Amino acid sequence: MAAAEVARQGEGCRTVPLSGHVGFDSLPDQLVNKSVNHGFCFNILCVGETGLGKSTLMDTLFNTKFEGDPASHSQPGVQLKSNTYDLQESNVNLKLTIVSTVGFGDQINKEDSYKPIVEFIDAQFEAYLQEELKIRRVLHNYHDTRIHACLYFIAPTGHSLKSLDLVTMKKLDSKVNIIPIIAKSDAISKSELTKFKIKITSELVSNGVQIYQFPTDDESVAEINGTMNAHLPFAVIGSTEELKIGNKMMKARQYPWGTVQVENEAHCDFVKLREMLIRVNMEDLREQTHTRHYELYRRCKLEEMGFKDTDPDSKPFSLQETYEAKRNEFLGELQKKEEAMRQMFVQRVKEKEAELKEAEKELHEKFDRLKKLHQDEKKKLEDKKKSLDDEVNAFKQRKTAAELLQSQAQQAGGSQTLKRDKERKK
Amino acid sequence: MEPEEHSMEPPATPEEEMPLTAAPGPAGCQLFGYVGIEAVLDQMKVKTMKMGFEFNIMVVGQSGLGKSTMVNTLFKSKVSRKASQPGQEERIPKTVQLQSVTHVIEEKGVKMKLTVTDTPGFGDQINNENCWDPIIKYINEQYERYLREEILITRKRKIPDTRVHGCVYFVMVVPPWGGGHGGHAGVMVVLGRLRPLDLEFMRRLSKIVNVVPVIAKADTLTLEERAEFKQRIQEDLKTHAISVYPQEDFDQDPDDRALNDRIREKIPFAVVGADQEHQVNGKRVLGRKTKWGIIEVENPAHCEFPLLQDLLIRSHLQDLKDITHNVHYESYRVRRLNESNRPELSSPNGLPGKGEGGSDL
Repeated sequence: MAAAEVARQGEGCRTVPLSGHVGFDSLPDQLVNKSVNHGFCFNILCVGETGLGKSTLMDTLFNTKFEGDPASHSQPGVQLKSNTYDLQESNVNLKLTIVSTVGFGDQINKEDSYKPIVEFIDAQFEAYLQEELKIRRVLHNYHDTRIHACLYFIAPTGHSLKSLDLVTMKKLDSKVNIIPIIAKSDAISKSELTKFKIKITSELVSNGVQIYQFPTDDESVAEINGTMNAHLPFAVIGSTEELKIGNKMMKARQYPWGTVQVENEAHCDFVKLREMLIRVNMEDLREQTHTRHYELYRRCKLEEMGFKDTDPDSKPFSLQETYEAKRNEFLGELQKKEEAMRQMFVQRVKEKEAELKEAEKELHEKFDRLKKLHQDEKKKLEDKKKSLDDEVNAFKQRKTAAELLQSQAQQAGGSQTLKRDKERKK
Repeated sequence: MEPEEHSMEPPATPEEEMPLTAAPGPAGCQLFGYVGIEAVLDQMKVKTMKMGFEFNIMVVGQSGLGKSTMVNTLFKSKVSRKASQPGQEERIPKTVQLQSVTHVIEEKGVKMKLTVTDTPGFGDQINNENCWDPIIKYINEQYERYLREEILITRKRKIPDTRVHGCVYFVMVVPPWGGGHGGHAGVMVVLGRLRPLDLEFMRRLSKIVNVVPVIAKADTLTLEERAEFKQRIQEDLKTHAISVYPQEDFDQDPDDRALNDRIREKIPFAVVGADQEHQVNGKRVLGRKTKWGIIEVENPAHCEFPLLQDLLIRSHLQDLKDITHNVHYESYRVRRLNESNRPELSSPNGLPGKGEGGSDL
């Protein structure tokens, strides 16, 4: 029979020069075209207290009006509201999902405020993991709901981070790319802003919070990303109103003392945020989510379930076998439980049967007793009847005897009467 | 700029507020201005170029059909097995062997790690039964390797992809003077159909890998003979329900289908391989020089090599990889995981447990 020997050469992979145009330089284009046909997904999570302008900022960022009403302050707990939109720009179809916290920071006891958020993020990872672990899976058509970027809205107090912010960010930093931004920054003056930013960054560093750093390994974007990294957290203003400034319509907010222009870099960092989030690093955010955060989640989850990678020389298909072993274990347990339940059932049935038998026996006995009683009565009655009959008979006899006597007596008397009559006549 | 009207399609209703909500169908939103979403395309391009590409191609066919020359011509460089072992005596091996050679080629900043797997000894024996087994085993081994990497707890950032993305099958031109059909003078002689070996092989392999059949050494066919041969082959493939690349089931949209239909009409391509340059009309072209003329490899009027090159490299390379990943690899994975789950149900010569390739698919 044919034996296969695969001789692998060139593991050192030498580079071979081309002597003409082959044409695979169109490969990136082919890849991009396929992705375009397929569409892109991008999911943003906005975490921040009520009233910090999360929805307005999203509207401003994506130049559109997403729907939704402002939330009230009286939510009993933190909830997450998620909306998906289909945006299209030239030939790119983007499926954008915006998840917002509702009621964050409104409660009196905020200890558990971060939990719904962490659970939500984990749930998205879990859904992806489940799909990936399925036997028949459809990964290339799967609607990816994992959060690619988390915008953390910091209240513009001007002093420092709140403890709620620190705790939440610390819990989220290993699960999602956090980009902290200072919301409603038109409330802070320029000098206060620089101090505020420095304070925030130092607090984040001292607490070990890992925020998302824009990547600086690729030369084309290293420089711009590097400078932007220094501007974190971005101080942003959101506005969907357009006002006429000069002779152009711009997004701005009008105050009695002046107009704040959203897209003016001197006024706020909105343009920087848009550049970084969308125009420069969207793909990197998605990649980091998939290769770093998701892999970490997956590793933890699988280790928790009891799977391990193999040692170099142990059985090959360990995940499958561990899974098999677990499955058998589980089935065994299931069977045991079933047995136990069956036993209990049989036991109960037996007991009930015994009870019923007892009752039946009692019933029989009672019946027997009654029957006997009845028979006794009957016998007594019969005896009485007999005695009565006897008396009746005796009486009848006496009656006949008496009648006979009487009739004899009458005859004798009659004849005597005759005799007497004769004597009289004489 | 006047603010545009709100012309939104019916938006998705805001869901009841529960801690973990999933969004219902997405709403379409109009953008009122330029956002910059399309910059993601460039970002993606830069990333993929930095990461580099991998492409694994396998060439199968009897010896002497010009496989190595073809691969060299395709990639315009000496990437085949023969080229990397210069001076070795060419012996037909007694059994089918698979030899892989890996090179890195670069063009305009795009780096590609190309692996060419050759199969000397295929179809060369007197008894060629099951000569496809080593090949199937090899392909399945590559899938297995990828699957193992994918299942690890701590996975590599980029799993090395050794799966075979395309298998080019060289069909021999059956000489027109065999077969016992007496040719009438003046009438086109009927060429034979695909040989049983070809049919068997393609039938088995088209289920696990993308098969691209080509007519090798097509310079012995006239244009009419070529058309006739092709039609016979297409009929044969249809009768035996062999779906070669591009497969009809995987056409994604009407444009795709139209494009692929045009390609399917021309399958299998009649190719001529050459690695020597000659002067024609003052230009240097790749071609075969014969006494009766120079066959220009890259001239569409002479042979269909440019079509093959277009299909494999310029337009459908990514598609080949995608179909391998999304379809063939997934079906392998399903089989493998199912069989591990129910070992008592696997047939005696089905896929056994430890990664051995099955012979009967």
